[in-house]
Amino acid sequence: MSFHPLMEYAPAKFHKSERQLAEPGDDFTYTPEHQAKFDAVVKRYPVDQRKSAILYALYLAQRQQGYLTAAAMRHVAQQIGCTASEVEDVVSYYTMFVTRPVGTYVLNVCRTLPCALRGAERVTEELSAALGIKPGETDPTGTFTLIEVECLGACDRAPVVMVNDDWHECLAPEEVRRFVDDIRARGRTAFTGCHLHKETDRGGA
Amino acid sequence: MAYEPILTQHVGEPRSYTLDFYLKNQRGYEGLRKALTLQPGDVIDQVKASGLRGRGGAGFPTGLKWQFVLKDTPKPKYICCNADESEPGTFKDHLLMERNPHLLIEGCAIAAYAIGAKVAYIYIRGEFYHVQEVLEAEIEKAYAAGYLGKNILGSGFDCDVYLHRGAGAYEAGEETALIESLEGKRAQPRIKPPFPAVAGLYQCPTAVNNVETLCNVPLIVLNGPEWFSGIGPEKNGGPKLFCISGHVKKPGVYEASMQTTLRELIYDHAGGMLDDRPLKAIIPGGSSVPLLLPDQLDTPASFDAVQKAGSLLGSAGLIVLNDSVCMVWLAMNLLHFYRHESCGKCTPCREGCDWLFKLLARLEAGEGQSKDLDLLFGVSSNIVGKTLCAFGDAAATPVLSTMKLFRPEYEAHVREGRCTLPADWRATHPLFAGVH
Repeated sequence: MSFHPLMEYAPAKFHKSERQLAEPGDDFTYTPEHQAKFDAVVKRYPVDQRKSAILYALYLAQRQQGYLTAAAMRHVAQQIGCTASEVEDVVSYYTMFVTRPVGTYVLNVCRTLPCALRGAERVTEELSAALGIKPGETDPTGTFTLIEVECLGACDRAPVVMVNDDWHECLAPEEVRRFVDDIRARGRTAFTGCHLHKETDRGGA
Repeated sequence: MAYEPILTQHVGEPRSYTLDFYLKNQRGYEGLRKALTLQPGDVIDQVKASGLRGRGGAGFPTGLKWQFVLKDTPKPKYICCNADESEPGTFKDHLLMERNPHLLIEGCAIAAYAIGAKVAYIYIRGEFYHVQEVLEAEIEKAYAAGYLGKNILGSGFDCDVYLHRGAGAYEAGEETALIESLEGKRAQPRIKPPFPAVAGLYQCPTAVNNVETLCNVPLIVLNGPEWFSGIGPEKNGGPKLFCISGHVKKPGVYEASMQTTLRELIYDHAGGMLDDRPLKAIIPGGSSVPLLLPDQLDTPASFDAVQKAGSLLGSAGLIVLNDSVCMVWLAMNLLHFYRHESCGKCTPCREGCDWLFKLLARLEAGEGQSKDLDLLFGVSSNIVGKTLCAFGDAAATPVLSTMKLFRPEYEAHVREGRCTLPADWRATHPLFAGVH
């Protein structure tokens, strides 16, 4: 029953938000290796400012599990010494944290002006056709997730795609299908990496 | 006389990022050695005398910023290096950090000495994972060689430099939002005053400086302020990196003095227009600044000259546009960016960006009405000056600037009920053309 004579209650919706609660998830604790890394990094900040390490703590959890669940956020909250809702506050703000399972390769296509001028819209179009998914979706085999992202900061090597932590630069729309086959065949060695990085003798990312 | 690159002289050489290379070829850490023999106040005076202006976008004098940092306080002080480089069209700090990281590390240490800080945090954007790997390893080498840590070069000065990885937020490039993010919160700006120089990181006095700004500091200390201010026009001295992207033959980072004109940057440095198509407009300082037209190409690319021409040098990210670019589409593309990146703290920006994008998408899809043009102008004018940080002004700029310079294109979209300038590099399906 609505208190308004004419208007029915609509189903509750958050304005401009596609807010979904994170999955509860299985019990989560850092592996000993990740725990050691966290303990080392938290020392970079003053003792009463452990919260500064929250982004790092979340990256570790995401790396360990692939995505962030409510259980992982509770574990991070425990490590930091804050509430779980404070952790969720941070997770829901930053674009690099995901709360749903994603594919092995998350293709983040830059869509902002300098990349778009060089054909980024068509890259997304071709990727979508090649993988049979729309932006934001994961293919049924769980191999690829396609995401449109905003400026990645490599406008001179447009269009740029960030795949997990690796980069692939100068991806022409015509090369997209070959690129996808290439990833299927040889995994992350298919990425060009950052051209600056490649010149270093550290090898691929 | 041809300009000799200073900041980027060696970036193309193999192993230019290593400590050995830096020590051998770039008089590495001599600036720090010299700074430590001076009083901290003298270092600030030198930077002030050099006229170094912040390279992040605002062009504020760095020496003044340091001078404002509270001196008589029992609290610790901090240097925050803004390596969040997220402005569309900007990619200069990326190059410096990856190919010349020790220059930045040395700059951080000198800055910390000058303001009396013992810790410098380099806030690097999350997407630069590969840069982070390089920088982290080189910081460790600097520690091992005694250029960071306790009692640096026997001077009794201690300084730690730490890397802090962001997680994807354009707004974290705003200095108070960067501080909030460093404190482990959402990257949302604070009300100013108090400025970071009084109450910044952990409510302690803080100076936030851009990567390129800090990279200039060792050079000033080493070569003197007169040398620095002698490069380029008055009040716009020093080497400057320009990022050129868009419709040019050779996009990339080019170093020049601020005497160089926009024409020289596009036609000499970046090799001219792609496929020799005519130039329609340029965005001279990253996506947040007004457009300039081809008849303004002879403007020197300095903070003051570009401002006089009606735009801003900003982060010196030149986005070059040829005649195939529809200006309504351009505004829509950029508003998609701003709508996504608005931090949501101030209502005019959060709601305004969304409405601007919706209006532009409607126009671009051919469904716009002539009253939408007034609405666009009204909404964007009501964002300008009504937000805590400059993001609101930046978001309204693409709309206001394109409407001012290319209003007939907007009217044609309404009249013909379609985009009047579709380009072959754009997607045709609405799902990929951003009209969703």
